[in-house]
Amino acid sequence: MNIIVCIKQVPGTTNVNIDPVTGTLIRDGVAAKMNPYDLEALELGLQLIEKNGGRLTVVSMGPNSALEVLREAIYMGADAGVLISDRKFGGADVLATSYTLCSGIKAVKDYDLIITGKQTTDGDTAQVGSELAEHLQIPHIANVRQAEVKGDVLECVYQLDSKIYTADITMPCLICADGGINTPRLPSFKRKVEYGKAEDRIRIITFADVEDQDENHYGLKGSPTKVERIFEPDKDVERKMISGTDLASKTYEVLKAHKFV
Amino acid sequence: MGLIVNQNLINDETGKALEELCPFGAISYVNGKLDISSACRLCRMCVNKGPAGCVSYEEEKIEQIDKSQYRGVCVYADSDHGKIHKVSFELIGKAIELAKVISHPVYALLIGYQTKENVEELLTYGVDKVFVYDHEGLKDFDIEKYANCFADFIENEKPSSILVGATNVGRCLAPRVAARFHTGLTADCTRLEMKENTDLVQIRPAFGGNIVAQIITPNSRPQFCTVRYKIFNAPKKVADPKGRVVMKPVKEEWLNSHLKIKQIIEKPEETDISEADVIIAVGRGLKSKNDMSMVKELASLLKANIACSRPMVENGMFDARHQIGLSGKTVKPKLIITLGISGAIQFTSGMKSSDCIVAINSDPDAQIFNVAHYGIIGDMYEIIPELIERIKVDRYV
Repeated sequence: MNIIVCIKQVPGTTNVNIDPVTGTLIRDGVAAKMNPYDLEALELGLQLIEKNGGRLTVVSMGPNSALEVLREAIYMGADAGVLISDRKFGGADVLATSYTLCSGIKAVKDYDLIITGKQTTDGDTAQVGSELAEHLQIPHIANVRQAEVKGDVLECVYQLDSKIYTADITMPCLICADGGINTPRLPSFKRKVEYGKAEDRIRIITFADVEDQDENHYGLKGSPTKVERIFEPDKDVERKMISGTDLASKTYEVLKAHKFV
Repeated sequence: MGLIVNQNLINDETGKALEELCPFGAISYVNGKLDISSACRLCRMCVNKGPAGCVSYEEEKIEQIDKSQYRGVCVYADSDHGKIHKVSFELIGKAIELAKVISHPVYALLIGYQTKENVEELLTYGVDKVFVYDHEGLKDFDIEKYANCFADFIENEKPSSILVGATNVGRCLAPRVAARFHTGLTADCTRLEMKENTDLVQIRPAFGGNIVAQIITPNSRPQFCTVRYKIFNAPKKVADPKGRVVMKPVKEEWLNSHLKIKQIIEKPEETDISEADVIIAVGRGLKSKNDMSMVKELASLLKANIACSRPMVENGMFDARHQIGLSGKTVKPKLIITLGISGAIQFTSGMKSSDCIVAINSDPDAQIFNVAHYGIIGDMYEIIPELIERIKVDRYV
């Protein structure tokens, strides 16, 4: 079977602040990494390949620096990587991102199953997977905790609010892995030495390679939502700061005043 | 449309300044030439804050849609086997406020089977119309069937805004339908406002950090957003509901599905932190798993549930179900005590509406103190054991 796992490079920290003087965004310089939820999606995919045979391709959309996460995935066990990258794809919201991924995946090849992580740690929307399935016109299941190939269907266990469902879904299909479902393997040092930069295993897809050549469907132009402004949240909470000595007693007094003890 | 670099104004000074300014590292200045890479998120920081005139932003004229064709603020009534999720009522409360600004009706959309009681309940919250897709084939949530009904509703009723609860079902259904209509969807809004031109102002934390983004969908309808449970308040029930019920026919072809549901079981009973009255939340200030014993002891004395911030899930110390925040659960307890949590908006957006917030952190500049009602600057390892003793002593006296 052919599996595609979508991965994203995210900032190493989520700690972004606004500089009070210049009003600019400040990111502290922690190296970028693979979105941790995607590691679980990848692990799920690798286990399915180990059991059923086949080929696993990781797909990422982003700048050239995202090649690093594709390589990491290859060292973990993916067979190949695809980077969807073009300035025309920049500034994309959920719709344009999922549409671009769809165009890139169509340009890749046949697939039986696409796996995405629960969400990213920088966008936090958890919506790209479901939108991608709609663009590809394939069925999908979110919050998947277990998946197993049973003939030509995939048996999935997934959680919908108060219930746990078990269902068969026909392939090709897409599943969004839930969080905390497995412990992702580490990249193999042997593979790292063997594949190096893995250039022969990574393909780059640009705007020129996608079938839909209408620029209005990608990037900022293809994004129906617009960010009007960004700002710091209000800090208007009435607050009482307590410091110095005897802090346990002072904390106790607070709890007692509010009748919690 | 896009960023245009005026290379004439680019020199070592402006080039370097722009390179440093870009928060996404998308601008590079090499050999006297400024280049913007695909890492660009079009935040326009370089246009607004960079050296004047170096980078400009050109907007293209786009054909405007006729927004008056779309009427109504709709809430998707999330029904889990006959029980409507409370987030739907909270959204009705907000929808009533939003609709008032533009004199639009408030709709509820209900998809399911044997929905009579649910319909009546929705009416008591003061909606103008409840649209119902009721069919045996819709008994269990199936994304393809539900999306087909939802799409039929949009095609025929053309609502202007659609509010969906960010439940597992809502998070799966809203994007699927929004993508079908090539329209915008903003996840996990924490504030919603309505402009007079019917644009829904969607405010949510952005960049995973401590920043809030105000987002609109200026030229697409319907405008979709999801909102988590316990962000807004349910409205008071009306004594004499006047809303109408519109039963919609369900076409058999909508019920074709690639999914065969084999089993549905109740999720094993576990304490859900979003329902807890008292919560103790721990963060990176906790040095090792062994130190949980003191946290557990304090929790049992206060009859509290234990929760955590995201790093504690990422480092494997906690299960994701205990996580508070944008990527975890939203909580609104009577009391929350945070221990060693720095308080990134990622976390605080999931707990800041709690009635009483007591934060213990040794860093006086920790952001958690911006939302805390009581900020205690000190070492949790010194405070907690003493606090436990104090509570115990008090009980025995």
